[in-house]
This record gives sequence, structure tokens and C-alpha cells, in this order.
Amino acid sequence: MHSRRILITGLSSSWGGRLAQALEREPEVEAIIGVDSRDPRHELDRTEFVRVDTQHGLIRRIINAAAIDTVVDTRLVVDPLAAPLGLAHESNALGTANILAACSGDGSPVRKFVFKSSADYYGCEPGDPAFFTEEMARPHPPRTAIERDIVDAEERVADFAARNRGTSVTVLRVASGIAVEERTSHLALLALPMVPTILGFDPRCQFIHEDDIVGVLEHAVRYDLPGVFNAAADGVLALSEVISLLGKPMLPILPPWGTSFAAAQLRRTGLRVPVEMLRQLRFGRGLDNRRLKAAGYSYHYTTREAVVRLRAHQRLRPLLRSGAEPYQYERDVEDFLRWSPSVQSAPDGGEGRWKPSPAELAQLQRTLQALQADQSPAPRSWDLGAGGPPLASYDDLSGDEVIEIVASLEADALEALARYEASHLARRTVLAAIERSLSRQRPSGAAS
Amino acid sequence: MPETTPTDAVPDPSDANPAPGADQSPDAPTRELALSDLRDESQLPAARSDLRHFLPGLEPERHVTDWGRSELVEGVVDRTVYDFLYHYWFRVEVEGIENVPADGGALLVSNHAGALPPDGMMIAKAIREEHRHPRPLHIMVGSTLKGLPGLSMLIAKVGGVPAHPANVHRLLFDEHQLVLVFPEGRNGTEKPLKDRYRLRRFDQWNFVEAAMRARAPIVPLAVLGTEEAQPIFAHVSLLRRLTGLPRLPITPTFYLPAKLRVRFLEPVRTDDLGDEPWNDRARMQTLAADIRALIQENLLEMVAGRGSVWLG
Repeated sequence: MHSRRILITGLSSSWGGRLAQALEREPEVEAIIGVDSRDPRHELDRTEFVRVDTQHGLIRRIINAAAIDTVVDTRLVVDPLAAPLGLAHESNALGTANILAACSGDGSPVRKFVFKSSADYYGCEPGDPAFFTEEMARPHPPRTAIERDIVDAEERVADFAARNRGTSVTVLRVASGIAVEERTSHLALLALPMVPTILGFDPRCQFIHEDDIVGVLEHAVRYDLPGVFNAAADGVLALSEVISLLGKPMLPILPPWGTSFAAAQLRRTGLRVPVEMLRQLRFGRGLDNRRLKAAGYSYHYTTREAVVRLRAHQRLRPLLRSGAEPYQYERDVEDFLRWSPSVQSAPDGGEGRWKPSPAELAQLQRTLQALQADQSPAPRSWDLGAGGPPLASYDDLSGDEVIEIVASLEADALEALARYEASHLARRTVLAAIERSLSRQRPSGAAS
Repeated sequence: MPETTPTDAVPDPSDANPAPGADQSPDAPTRELALSDLRDESQLPAARSDLRHFLPGLEPERHVTDWGRSELVEGVVDRTVYDFLYHYWFRVEVEGIENVPADGGALLVSNHAGALPPDGMMIAKAIREEHRHPRPLHIMVGSTLKGLPGLSMLIAKVGGVPAHPANVHRLLFDEHQLVLVFPEGRNGTEKPLKDRYRLRRFDQWNFVEAAMRARAPIVPLAVLGTEEAQPIFAHVSLLRRLTGLPRLPITPTFYLPAKLRVRFLEPVRTDDLGDEPWNDRARMQTLAADIRALIQENLLEMVAGRGSVWLG
């Protein structure tokens, strides 16, 4: 993985937050910084959150200060329900310009730019091909403000890619997501007890599950995929199929003529069906997702499976709503947990027993890998750079502390650690713990 | 920082699929083309490597294909409407069904007539009834039909696909399906009765390009009887403009029981035309004109040879 210091915009979206969570598990990722105008909704261990609007030019300072090499831009508002329209446009137009400006220029440390766009780039017209491929430029001019924003943003990104040859630019045109925490037109419509449709139309629809949105973004961070990629699950379903999978009745109450007038009347009842959605309900859309598959990504869910999971979520939601409190970001607590010296030097035993933080664990794993590759001699004192708080030298760790760490290590790292421990301190308790951990991992490793 | 990360390169998915070497193998079509000169006119998916291995399969739980075709609806319509029309109403007679390939992609090219022509569905039914390997037929229909309520829904369910070069290409090249096009397009369906059996200009001769790119044979065919099954006497343009319908002809609202004859002609190969024949516009136009002449010739022959419009 080339990407080691990553900036994620749109951290509080469900894919932004989950992407950060996924990247936190990667030992090679040194720093993850998330920006958004809202607080994150996902529990994050070592990701640092900076509350900043992308409208301002502050992004550049963050990128330069933290020597960011990869920017994952997931902030683009692609659904009219996600934000008020004026705000969305401001964020889309100015935000894209600011972020691209921050990434360009000779002094910029950014080597990779991943841009989350939307399948709405292609629009939705009767003369469309059944499966859009990435080379197909949008065949018709954009119809709505959001579509215009998407097309504009992609143009800016393409322009950026042409000017900055040294930066690998990935554009992901993501289909409508089954991301249950997000507010999207499709999900709002499908969440109704009866799904309103346009009389006489049964459009084709294609979705992508939230896990796959995160997976695709992570794939784009992990590998170099320059170019444009459609991200949509396998399978294009008829809307009637989707609705029957959800176990709901189809309600064709929108008339085929004067549909927008009827939709305007519906809005009075509290149901907002945006113009983009009306066109989707009429003509539908399909994407050719094979280019991304050829680039090595394999989808977790097909469109049908994603819909089945949406059904499970819709059924369970009323039962689970009163259950667990949702995660709430508390800046002071997060700062304390990350930076307080007391957290890092808490004494052994009792409640405050020392535990390696994920950042420290990542450091340790990296060092062990280096050790395994015989690249560095004994890890007397680890060079920790700016990756996180320093971890005390290994030899100074007590046996119990090492045993704590052992449980979370991979087999290769364990073997390296065993060799090192045997040749240095040779603590019997530590060696026994490593041996136990190894024997636990081996059978499962052999099975897979 | 360890440099021992073997995953830096994009994983080669060809490990899972043993034969994606389309660019190496001599008989596979070369899909790398200089698209700069075509991009303006052609809407075909350009410069794609061979991605057929990544085509998603249809999940067994599903009854509607990715094209929106429903086995269930098609079966019901086939057993009721098509059966009746084919056997009793039009009493379809088929010649040269062996010219339709039993496998692989093939592009069927037909004449087209009548306000809401029955030719597409009768050709599909003929292949299902008479062919030794009955295959589904994908019929290219004008995209204006996609905007019509009710009809758009039904047409997709029984195998109609919006006419778009990319759709033809995907069906022929990637999915190895039978595709039927009416290159006369709307010209054919707007043709009044007095012009019967005179083929209109081929509006979309990029069907030839689609077949060439897919290296699929073109099977011309001539359909006799559709002109009389739903004759168009005149057009009312004022009403058409008022209703916003694609056309509003004066025509019987039902099919007259004309005798229908379908003649499948010898397939025209497109895989022996050199490396990238689609770069040669003149050649494509010539091929399209040849096919048009062939259909016209056979139509006139069939008209001359028929005894009665209604009895055949």
C-alpha cells in the first residue's frame, strides 16, 4: 500500500466513517485524518477528526501540515435529500474546487486522489443505453441542480487529473447506495409501508450495499486505479421485483402524465419525491460494473442480496430502535483518549491496565514485520516518526504487557517475536504465551 | 517501513479465469481501437478490453433478467396472445429457419411495417416454434416507446430492448444472444399503405458496425403480410402534437388477419472483413445497402408469388 497518510472528507457519512474504521486496522497506514462539517457518527480509535467546512481554504493547510499522500473525497452531495439544495450546491462547487486546489501545485504531497461521484452523472433519459460504461460521456445535458453539480465536479476532477500527471486520480461513480443510515431518495421511498410508483412503468434499478461502497473506496486506496470506475452491484432488478423482495405492496399512484404536479401534491403530505427520483421511477438505469471487477474488486452483495438485507433492516428497525444509544462524538473525551499522558502511562493492573492503543499496535506490528524481514536489528528504541505517541522500547515492557500484545498479532509477527524474545530476554511466560497464540492460529490458518 | 508488500500491484483477476488473454490470442477480436475518430458519432462502448468473464450471472431466485425481461410474463403472453396470433390469426409460414445460428451472437435484420407492428413478436415466436434450438430473441425497439406508460413495461418484459448501439453490442458480443433490429426504425412504422413493401431508408446503419465489432453474423430476413395486417391510411399530425405520442396514424386498432410469411436469408459473415472494418465507413454503408437490397429483392419476390393477401 502506497497510501500511508490519508485524508478523508465527509467523515461523518456512513461510508466515510466506516472507511476510516477499515483503514485503522491497516498497520501500514500511519495517519488518518477526517474532515467534515458535522461530528463523526462512528466510533474511531486513531482517526483524528478536524471539524472544518470544505468551503474554506483550510484543507490545504491540513494537507501540507500532515504531509497527506492520499485524499479520499467522499463529501460530494449527490442526493437532494441529503442536504438543503443551496447548501449542497455551495459545498459541491466550492468544496470540490478547494480540495482540488489543496491537492495540486508543485509542493503538494498528495500522490493519490479518490473521488466518490455518483451514477447520477449519467442522468436518466429514455434514449439511454441499458448499461452505462465508463467511457460513455453523459449523453444529455444535466437537468437538475444536483446533476449539474456532479457533472461540474467530475469535469473539475478530470481537469485536475490532466494537470497533475503525477497524481493517481480515481473517480468512482457509485450507484444508489443501500446505506441505511443515510438519507437518500431511494431509501426514503422504499421505507414507506406502500411504495408509490408511476402508473405503467416498471423501471430497472441497481443498488450498491454500504459494505461495498466502503469496500470499493478501500480498494481504491489500497491499489492504484487511475481512471473512472462504475461502482454498482451485480444484477439490475425491476422495481416491482425490489418492492416484492421488500414484502411491500406497489402503489402506482403517480400518474404517467403530470407526474411532477402529482409529486408536488405528495410533498404536502410530507413525502418528497425529487425530480431525479421521478425520472428514475420512469426510465431506470443500469451500470456496467465490469471494469471495477476487472481491476480486482469483488462485490460482497448483489443488488438482490442488498435489497434482502435492506428488508432485514426495515423489519428489525422498530424492534431495535429503543435499544443501544447511538454513538456520539465527544471531542474532549476523544482528545483525552488519544493524547493524554495519563492514558498512555496508566499503571498495570486494575481498571486502568496498560493496553496498546491501535496506533501503538500498528507501530509494533510494523516494527515486527521489519524485524521479520531482517531489515533492522534489535528494536532497541523504535523510530516512531509522527505516526502516534511513542511506545516504550520493547525490552522495557514487562512480561504481562507483552502477553497483552501477543493476542492481537499475526502468526508471522508472532514467530518473529518468538525468535527475538528467545535470543534476548527469553522470558518463559512470554514464550509460552506466544506458543499458545501460535497454536491457536495455526489450525485456522491451515484451514483457510 | 517494510517494502515487502506484494499487494502493491492490482491483483490480477485473470488467475480465477483461465482465458482472458484476448489481446494475445489470434482469433479473439482486438478490442483496442483508436476511438478519437469515432467518439463523436459512435455510442458504442469504446476501447474496452474483453470483459466477458466478468459478466454477472442471473441469480436462480430471480425471474427478471438484467434487461428487464421476465420469463413469467413472457411465458403467459406466449401461451395466450402469441400462440393465437401465430397459429390462427396470421398463420405464419417460415422459410429458411436453419439460417438462424444455433449458438453465438447473431444480428437479425428485418423490414418493418405497421403502426404497432406484429413482426417482431412473430419472428421471436417463429424461432421458438420452428428452430431446432429455440433461443430467446432480443428485439430492438425505439426509445420513444420507453416513455409510454404500460407499453414500456410490457415490451421490456417480453424481450424488447431500447435500440441503442451499446445494447446491441453487449447482447451480441458479451452475451452471445440473438438480436433483431429494424433498421428502418420509425420510417418503417410511419409508412402509409400506398408505399407498401418498399423499404425505407435505413436510418440506423450503425447496426452493421455493432455486428462487425461483435464479429457476429447478420441474418437478413423478409416479412410479408405486416403491411396489410395493420395498414396506415394517413397521419394526423395535429392530434399527435396535442397528445405528445410518437405518432398517431389512422389505422385499424386491431390486426387484420393477413397471412404472414417470414423468410430467413443466408447469414452474412462479418468476421472475415479484416482487422477493424468499422473504421471504413464506406464499406459499412455498402454492406448496409447490400443487405437492404437483399431484403427488398426477396420481399418483391414474395409479393409476386403470393396468391392472396389473406389466404397466402
